Amino acid sequence: MAIELKMPALSPTMEEGTLAKWLVKEGDEVKSGDILAEIETDKATMEFESIDEGVIGAILVPEGTEGVKVGTVIATIAGEGDASPAAAAPAVAPASAPAPATAAPVNRPATAPRASDPAIPAGTNMKTSTVREALRDAMAEEMRRDSRVFVMGEEVAEYQGAYKVTQGLLEEFGPKRVIDTPITEYGFAGIGTGAAMGGLRPVIEFMTFNFAMQAIDHIINSAAKTNYMSGGQMRCPVVFRGPNGAASRVGAQHSQNYGPWYANVPGLIVIAPYDAADAKGLMKAAIRSEDPVVFLENELVYGRSFELPELDDHVLPIGKARIMRQGGDVTIVSYSIGVGLALEAAEILAGEGIDAEVIDLRTLRPLDREAVLTSLAKTNRLVVAEEGWPTCSIASEIMAVCMEDGFDHLDAPVLRVCDEDVPLPYAANLEKAAIIDAGRIAAAVRKVCYR
Amino acid sequence: MAKQPSTKKAAAAATEDETFALRSLQEAHMANPRHGASDEDLLKFYEQMVLIRRFEEKAGQLYGLGLIGGFCHLYIGQEAVAVGLQSALDAERDSVITGYRDHGHMLAYGIDPKVIMAELTGRGAGISRGKGGSMHMFSVDHKFYGGHGIVGAQVPLGTGLAFAHKYTEDGGVCMAYFGDGASNQGQVYEAFNMAALWNLPIIFVVENNGYAMGTAVKRGSAETHFYRRGTAFRIPGMDVNGMDVLEVRAAAEVALAHVRAGKGPVLMELKTYRYRGHSMSDPAKYRSREEVQEMREKHDPIDAAKAELLKRGVSEDRIKDIDKQIRAVVNEAADFAESSPEPEMSELYTDVLVESY
Repeated sequence: MAIELKMPALSPTMEEGTLAKWLVKEGDEVKSGDILAEIETDKATMEFESIDEGVIGAILVPEGTEGVKVGTVIATIAGEGDASPAAAAPAVAPASAPAPATAAPVNRPATAPRASDPAIPAGTNMKTSTVREALRDAMAEEMRRDSRVFVMGEEVAEYQGAYKVTQGLLEEFGPKRVIDTPITEYGFAGIGTGAAMGGLRPVIEFMTFNFAMQAIDHIINSAAKTNYMSGGQMRCPVVFRGPNGAASRVGAQHSQNYGPWYANVPGLIVIAPYDAADAKGLMKAAIRSEDPVVFLENELVYGRSFELPELDDHVLPIGKARIMRQGGDVTIVSYSIGVGLALEAAEILAGEGIDAEVIDLRTLRPLDREAVLTSLAKTNRLVVAEEGWPTCSIASEIMAVCMEDGFDHLDAPVLRVCDEDVPLPYAANLEKAAIIDAGRIAAAVRKVCYR
Repeated sequence: MAKQPSTKKAAAAATEDETFALRSLQEAHMANPRHGASDEDLLKFYEQMVLIRRFEEKAGQLYGLGLIGGFCHLYIGQEAVAVGLQSALDAERDSVITGYRDHGHMLAYGIDPKVIMAELTGRGAGISRGKGGSMHMFSVDHKFYGGHGIVGAQVPLGTGLAFAHKYTEDGGVCMAYFGDGASNQGQVYEAFNMAALWNLPIIFVVENNGYAMGTAVKRGSAETHFYRRGTAFRIPGMDVNGMDVLEVRAAAEVALAHVRAGKGPVLMELKTYRYRGHSMSDPAKYRSREEVQEMREKHDPIDAAKAELLKRGVSEDRIKDIDKQIRAVVNEAADFAESSPEPEMSELYTDVLVESY
């Protein structure tokens, strides 16, 4: 019937300790909560409490003993006569702890090939739309389709959006579903995340992603990780959206590309579209996704007009890159505003007899490695163009992909064209010098083509 | 003469604020401080508190044996708070969210001790499949939304749950627990502001156990009366003895009636005490052994409930039976947690995302 008292681990890392002092002696009656001994670890002296009731039987390790291994039996307690059988029989003691699983390599399950964009039926009318309108239409269509979808953020309702992306939504959907918040990013990002956990489909607008730094804890710790930590119970279908990257003459605190930050985080979907059709199709997919999505827009692109297919339900696959321009000599990989610059560079290069393929990643996580590698296998040369800092960037990641899985196809080192590695300056000339342009992309392409 | 206008102004301000229920909930609570529980109700509360106590003691023991790793924050001493408050909730529609000291709230909500203990030991049968651990446990079926490891994060998240209750008009109330330490996080006040602004159905519960890790309340807080901290947002406060399960229950009913009537959030401060350290690796040098002993011996919520039951004439045998049953339940949970296998290695890659892309 005796209960064995074992040398306890008093911290996550403790393996052994000193039994400094016994505060009870053999024959003492103890109850739950009584302090039995003082144990010294490398960090502190801790009290060892009884959780059982009974009489101290034998003290097996005398006080003052150093280097007592965790798990050593240090004393016994004779249990109460009426102790329940299970309490008195710690037969299933630590011996039954499972042997650590042999580190058998487990392969990450292969992902199914990504779906391609749905074909646009012949005869579909193409209309001209700005990216701003395309985003608004995507949100409005999803709000009509699903009453759980609502939009929340600073100035999204009565002001019609700081960048007018939510224009007209308040009028159609009312203040219950289009909600102006106070200036309180951490708070409303948390409320949006909690509302998604509670079964709604929030679209949370950040006036710019620079301000989402105040809220990044909820995006990462609360939204991205909870499904995993809950063993798949806690869904968090929230969309965090807003303009990202450099705008124009707003200085360093309002001019950063957070694509690499969010793309680093397992559990998030990160989308950064370029044109209106992709903005609309991917925003609709983002709102429908069961996973948390960071949707990175670009202020300088909001007002640009593109062709947009007039379809009842234009939804694009998340995680699929798009070939924006076919070419055979070299691949330029980009996303967001960089795609426009890459296309411009490709035109310059075409005049010089270099036929560049331009790939728009569209989704930064999960990354369409396949599209990059397929194009590299065709052209054997690759340049990444990214409006953002070079260090630990999406460009770095693409270069790693090429090294890991495309090495045999490379005829030249992969080059990246990124912003200068400095906080973005205000002065017009310095700002211009800090940000990528078509000329720099073309120069890098000439270099990998040895021209 | 000079004083007159200012007095008038003060009077006018008071009239303007007639609708502000700053103190009326506290007054209602003081007028009727203890829940008139039947013997059976009190026995049930006693049983739930003993379950939490014995479960946590067992968890402490398994930690000492190396079967539980990492951080493990025990609820011993605070049992009356979760049991008293949650007994007043409607399990069908109300939601609960808390921080990392979450075992007690789960047990009070009727979640199976076996799957909680198996999560603590990191087994595949754990409530989070062994991927969350002590601080990250959830049960969507029970409307228990965690189990959050970042101090204070559960307050805006809980406000979001309350937002969802209001949006879907399901009649539910969210109860969001946090500690005296979390009360100093800025996001708590961002959430207070929006909860009050939008009249959300939420009860903010500060479990004031006196210490934020090792920092005594008076060393970390300029305003140590946490129930007053909603005043700036027009949130009424309640100051409640968290060591008496019947007082806690009575206060919960006052708060719930206010929130369910559509009058917006309530802030409750529950004065309580944790007997054990902040986490298992806490040497507890910031308070005296005498202070802890004083609380255990004179203010223990379980001893008090037991004494009251005996005084009411409930037989000692009946109480002993409960104690015995709970020991068996906890031992069974520990056996299950020790003997069930670790997660399959393939679990490493599951649940990162819900969908495939």
